[in-house]
Amino acid sequence: MRRTSQLVVVAGMSLALAAGCGSRTDTEEDDTGSNGETGETGDNGDKCVEPGDMTIGMAYDVGGRGDQSFNDSAAAGMDQAACEFGFNTEEGEAADGEPESAREERLRTFADAEIDPIIAVGFAYAPSVAKVAEEYPDSNFVLIDSADATGDNITNVLFAEEQGSFLVGAAAAMKSETDQIGFVGGVNVPLINKFEAGYVAGAEAVNPEIEVDVQYLTEPPDFSGFGDPAKGRTASQGMFDGGADIVYQAAGGSGAGVFEAAAASDGMAIGVDSDQYVTADPSVQDVILTSMLKRIDIAVYDYLSEVDAGEIPTGEQVYDLSVDGVGYSTSGGFVDDITDDLDDYKQQIIDGEIEVPTEPAS
Amino acid sequence: MSSALQARLTRLGLLLAAPALALLLAYAVTTLVLEIAGDPAGDVWDQILSWPEPRNLVNIINAGSVYYLSGIAVAIGFRMNLFNIGVDGQYRIAAFVAAVVAGEAWLPGYLNTAFAIVAAMAVGALWAGIAGLLRVTRGVSEVISTIMLNAVSTGLVAYLLRKLAVREEGSNDIGTREIPSDSWIGGFPLPGASNEVYGFVIIAAVVGIAYSVVINRTRFGFDLRATGQSETAAVASGVDVKRMIVISMLLSGAVAGLVGLPILFGDAYTYGVTFQSGLGFAGIAIALLGRNNAIGIVLGALLFAFLEEQANPLQIVVGVSPQIVDIMQGVIVLAVVIVYEVVARFGSRLEQRQAGRDLGTGGDAGAGRGGPGDKEVART
Repeated sequence: MRRTSQLVVVAGMSLALAAGCGSRTDTEEDDTGSNGETGETGDNGDKCVEPGDMTIGMAYDVGGRGDQSFNDSAAAGMDQAACEFGFNTEEGEAADGEPESAREERLRTFADAEIDPIIAVGFAYAPSVAKVAEEYPDSNFVLIDSADATGDNITNVLFAEEQGSFLVGAAAAMKSETDQIGFVGGVNVPLINKFEAGYVAGAEAVNPEIEVDVQYLTEPPDFSGFGDPAKGRTASQGMFDGGADIVYQAAGGSGAGVFEAAAASDGMAIGVDSDQYVTADPSVQDVILTSMLKRIDIAVYDYLSEVDAGEIPTGEQVYDLSVDGVGYSTSGGFVDDITDDLDDYKQQIIDGEIEVPTEPAS
Repeated sequence: MSSALQARLTRLGLLLAAPALALLLAYAVTTLVLEIAGDPAGDVWDQILSWPEPRNLVNIINAGSVYYLSGIAVAIGFRMNLFNIGVDGQYRIAAFVAAVVAGEAWLPGYLNTAFAIVAAMAVGALWAGIAGLLRVTRGVSEVISTIMLNAVSTGLVAYLLRKLAVREEGSNDIGTREIPSDSWIGGFPLPGASNEVYGFVIIAAVVGIAYSVVINRTRFGFDLRATGQSETAAVASGVDVKRMIVISMLLSGAVAGLVGLPILFGDAYTYGVTFQSGLGFAGIAIALLGRNNAIGIVLGALLFAFLEEQANPLQIVVGVSPQIVDIMQGVIVLAVVIVYEVVARFGSRLEQRQAGRDLGTGGDAGAGRGGPGDKEVART
């Protein structure tokens, strides 16, 4: 599986120059046993409810299903809901460097096929959701990670990424032996800056003297930083070589490279969005200290369960620490000895005693 | 007289044979890939080759106009034997500057638009001009310098965007100040479509016509083509090659500066983090596909836009990844390059045979070596 996907990447890259299109590892399915076949969920296993006549559409961000992180988290929520409530699903995926009209057209294709609700994963869909939701007032749209498009038929799902990142930053500072840790961001955009800000604040709350190396893989409009493991590997290798022993990655599909670098340098890494101890390649499992959980799966599942109950929520739905919309994972047992301290910080954030910044200090 | 007509027909036949062959090859390879992967090739082709809805047609024309400008920018360099890989960086920095200038709105209405367009062309030209100057003063290959300048452009724009961007509280998007609506370039509707064709399409067409006229009908264009075909010959006939290199890089960059503007003035009205990327590289493929010909590039640009638009719903409708189009586009470009070479050799052999027959020798003079250089050799 691994080798094939690498082959595809190489082939894709050589074509990219000719075709002028981004190459991506879109054939990489996650190997956790979750349903790999697209669009055919709901008939897997005997516990699932027989699909009815309702179909959900999900428009992924760049990377799509199989990124082991951001998009997979959304997919997991949809799969679970589809299984429990008997929904059919259809999926579409963004390409790197596609025009705005391609995103709009993806949403319209769903709407024309009477697929409802339509879930758009990622803030890049904000302008297209705003436009298409107006064209199709009878369809319902969910926009994840953005409140920029609003309307009667739009639900905005927002996360307090900085709060979850604060906790894994604190964990990193407690576990670091060199007092030097790192942060690898996929693309230098405000969303990922929130992860950085929280992480640095958390680490400094534990150890004000700690040194945090920060690096972003690409600058917008180049979004390849969310899907290029080689870049993630190079950047984090530099940090490990420079003395950091724990690196947090908020880089989508590029995170796999950070895990590889950690494994090669006897360091540790922190996963993002999904519980990556479970979703990442088994060969790098042992280096994943914890993961900052951004429960897009729960948000999607919550929404769909309300849809199943016949009430469609609209407006902003904020997922923060108080509702466990963000958090940290304990798989692997590496942070078992510090969960009390971390939960203490968590309570202080919920109570408002600690206010986590959403923008990096500098 | 009739032989002249016949020669013309042969030339036309050869001209059409090459792209037709390339498309057939792309069709075959793509079908093969789909079959091997076990995907329904028939359904995929049904979707891709179906007649687009009016609103999809509008999208194709719009995307095509952007690709067209990019293709022309690259083609100007190609004609001069310059490989301007930097169109990508040039259009991004130019679109950014245009967005900032137009967003600040120092001038009213369309004056503001015109000023922003001129600024974009100037910045694009300047950015490409750096590579031109490095080439003539220091002998730095423009391939290397434009690649490097792409990276510099990305970093510079990202840095400046952070400095100048406006961001609403809590938003995950940042962008330049929105262009006031009286400076937008309006579109025109197509029957049955809910969206509009960019007004900028007209400017793209004007650029195409200007390109064609300058290259084919002016002294400058002649010098440019001559330098591209043989630098030594151009020098011998009194062409200042260094000057030509700088000027053609400036022109290529100026057109590259226009690439992002249809989107900016017709759709986005701001340069943000999701502004479309990668247009410059698409231009390279499209210029190759269109053989640097103004009409050829129209066809190439529309073909690329058509394939991408039609493939977009593939995953939803057929369950096949739309990335199959990347394979298709790659094969088309490769095939076009190869097939043209083959057809050109075949053509020159035909010509030689004809010449041989006309001279009454009956043999095919010079045949056996083949190659596109033969004609020139024969003439000297």
